[in-house]
Amino acid sequence: MLIRFFTELRAGGIPVTLPEFLSLLEALEARVASLSAEEFYYLARMAMVKDERHFDRFDRVFAEHFEGAQKLFEKLTAALPPEWLQQLTERLLTEDEKRRVEALGGWDKLLETLRQRLREQKDRHEGGSKWIGTAGTSPFGNQGFNPEGVRIGQATSRHRRAVKVWDARDYRNFDDGIELGTRNLKMGLRRLRRFAREGAEEELDLDGTIDATARNAGLLDLKLVPERRNAVKLLLLLDVGGSMDPHIKVCEELFSAARAEFKHLEYFYFHNFPYERVWKDNRRRFSVVTDTWTLLRTFNADYRVVFVGDATMSPYEIEQPGGSVEHWNEESGRVWMTRIAAHFPRLVWLNPETEDRWKWTPSVEITRELVGGRMFPLTLDGLDRAMRELKRGGGIRGPDRIHDTVRPD
Amino acid sequence: MNEARFSGTASYVATPDLMMAVNAAVTLGRPLLIKGEPGTGKTQLATEIAGALQRPMYEWHIKSTSKAHQGLYEYDAVSRLRDSQLGDEKVRDISNYIRKGSLWEAFESAVQPVLLIDEIDKADIEFPNDLLRELDRMEFFVNETRELVKARHRPIILITSNNEKELPDAFLRRCFFHYIRFPDAETMEKIVRVHYPALKAELLREALTTFFSVREMPGLRKKPSTSELLDWIKLLLAEDVPPEALRGDDPKKTIPILHGALLKNEQDVHLFEQLVFLNRRGGR
Repeated sequence: MLIRFFTELRAGGIPVTLPEFLSLLEALEARVASLSAEEFYYLARMAMVKDERHFDRFDRVFAEHFEGAQKLFEKLTAALPPEWLQQLTERLLTEDEKRRVEALGGWDKLLETLRQRLREQKDRHEGGSKWIGTAGTSPFGNQGFNPEGVRIGQATSRHRRAVKVWDARDYRNFDDGIELGTRNLKMGLRRLRRFAREGAEEELDLDGTIDATARNAGLLDLKLVPERRNAVKLLLLLDVGGSMDPHIKVCEELFSAARAEFKHLEYFYFHNFPYERVWKDNRRRFSVVTDTWTLLRTFNADYRVVFVGDATMSPYEIEQPGGSVEHWNEESGRVWMTRIAAHFPRLVWLNPETEDRWKWTPSVEITRELVGGRMFPLTLDGLDRAMRELKRGGGIRGPDRIHDTVRPD
Repeated sequence: MNEARFSGTASYVATPDLMMAVNAAVTLGRPLLIKGEPGTGKTQLATEIAGALQRPMYEWHIKSTSKAHQGLYEYDAVSRLRDSQLGDEKVRDISNYIRKGSLWEAFESAVQPVLLIDEIDKADIEFPNDLLRELDRMEFFVNETRELVKARHRPIILITSNNEKELPDAFLRRCFFHYIRFPDAETMEKIVRVHYPALKAELLREALTTFFSVREMPGLRKKPSTSELLDWIKLLLAEDVPPEALRGDDPKKTIPILHGALLKNEQDVHLFEQLVFLNRRGGR
């Protein structure tokens, strides 16, 4: 019976291995858990799930296996349009109202009614006491109150009255594989480490000491070396254009992760596309600017350059002189980008837009061509690929049409 | 095998699933990996288990520069070199220069000890892999003295992680896993009661309400945790703040206290001030 549970867990996408399953059986044999379902649930989870992101999947498989009811739920929630269940309002019920809310009957009855209601109901619904929706007193939907309520599509539990632990699915928000957090980003950036010993000598070099002592006919000769530090230099260029607004959070996270990871980090902002000027302080973007030529002169080619931008704009903004949306640029964005790419052989562009949408925006395609195909999505995987690219040395697939890299007077 | 069962202590409130995890790990002698939000008492747990089961405790705090062999032993080559210069007799026996690490000490303990490996995710990515054999077989080999160190009793090993790094699968397979959830209001009340038994019910209720409303505030960068709540209550008691002051009618009084203990960065404080301001206007 448990073997089926084991195979179901594997089919449910939880990486359980045989030794883990055996250790569960061992624990059962050692009578760690008594004969209650709840204790068995805790024990099984602890022995076989090693990552809280898989807790939700585990809860679902567990419920399905031992209850046979959750599967029905999956179908029902899948059929509900998500925006319909979005948390828009919350009506706070008074104690008096809560008391007046009636429980509908047993579990089976509740499910039966839910199915029936789903068939009857077509539109989004809020408040009220019958239809499924948010903030109501119907037993179905979320953020409302009913003593025997069934929670659908809600991120956090409010009244904590869920019937069973595994059905509560409290770990739901841990289960989304691609969530980017500062820490995950740091992990990605860590790939770009190149340790070098520079600066003051303060660490004991054991091998060197033994070697020197031996050469010294046994007289102790201490050798010190500088501490290892990450010697990679990074130049971060961030788009702060209006279309970047939805991506602010992820950019902030990338920025703070990079700040913690690299000793040599410089950053500048640009709007939509780099032209002849960039700036450091977004509030004073028109008064305090840095000339892009100065940028190219100040930072030499051993800086690795990371552009962050959605590259979503009108193609004119890249191709035409004067194409910029907020000032008159003498030279086109294409010329500037080509210059930058020629100066910095190691360069990547991180795009917060999802990769499958790139081909629908011509400006993204142009930008991608200008950076020699080195555009990566701002996801963990994309970051990983980008860091690999930066590490490899770059310049191999740089753009072939390099115009003037000499400053015109 | 083991009769002792852990069921929380006078100063530590354990949820049923946590008790289960600890007892299973103790009974089967597997390491227990503990994860959870910062400040939910992960490190505390080891001390409490050692206290409750009356076992000696060994701690090994991991830093970013920690290497796996440091927990086993370290060979002090430099003092040996120095002693050889001075003609010290000690130098003939290499074991004089082997320094035992926490894992070795735990292995040597006469009764089953508790070993805490704290914040394993701080170390290098390869670190957990270097401990596989040691945790599995509870033995290791000292190259310098050609000596095999075996655990006299399988220690109760607790490993904490803050999720800064993914741990390797091979390592995870050997551990039991428990995720300490953020306590709900009810458990939280118990926890506070355990720490401040003399606290007035009214103040406790107000403090918890404020605390959970701060936690639920959208957009906070660092949500306050249990340990921060306890610090805050301590502060409230020290300042002798009346419960009425927490009711949010007068934000001027609550913010300076919240400031240090609950909110740990200036953006959060700023956000909080704005929301309090809006609430005040909304209330009129």
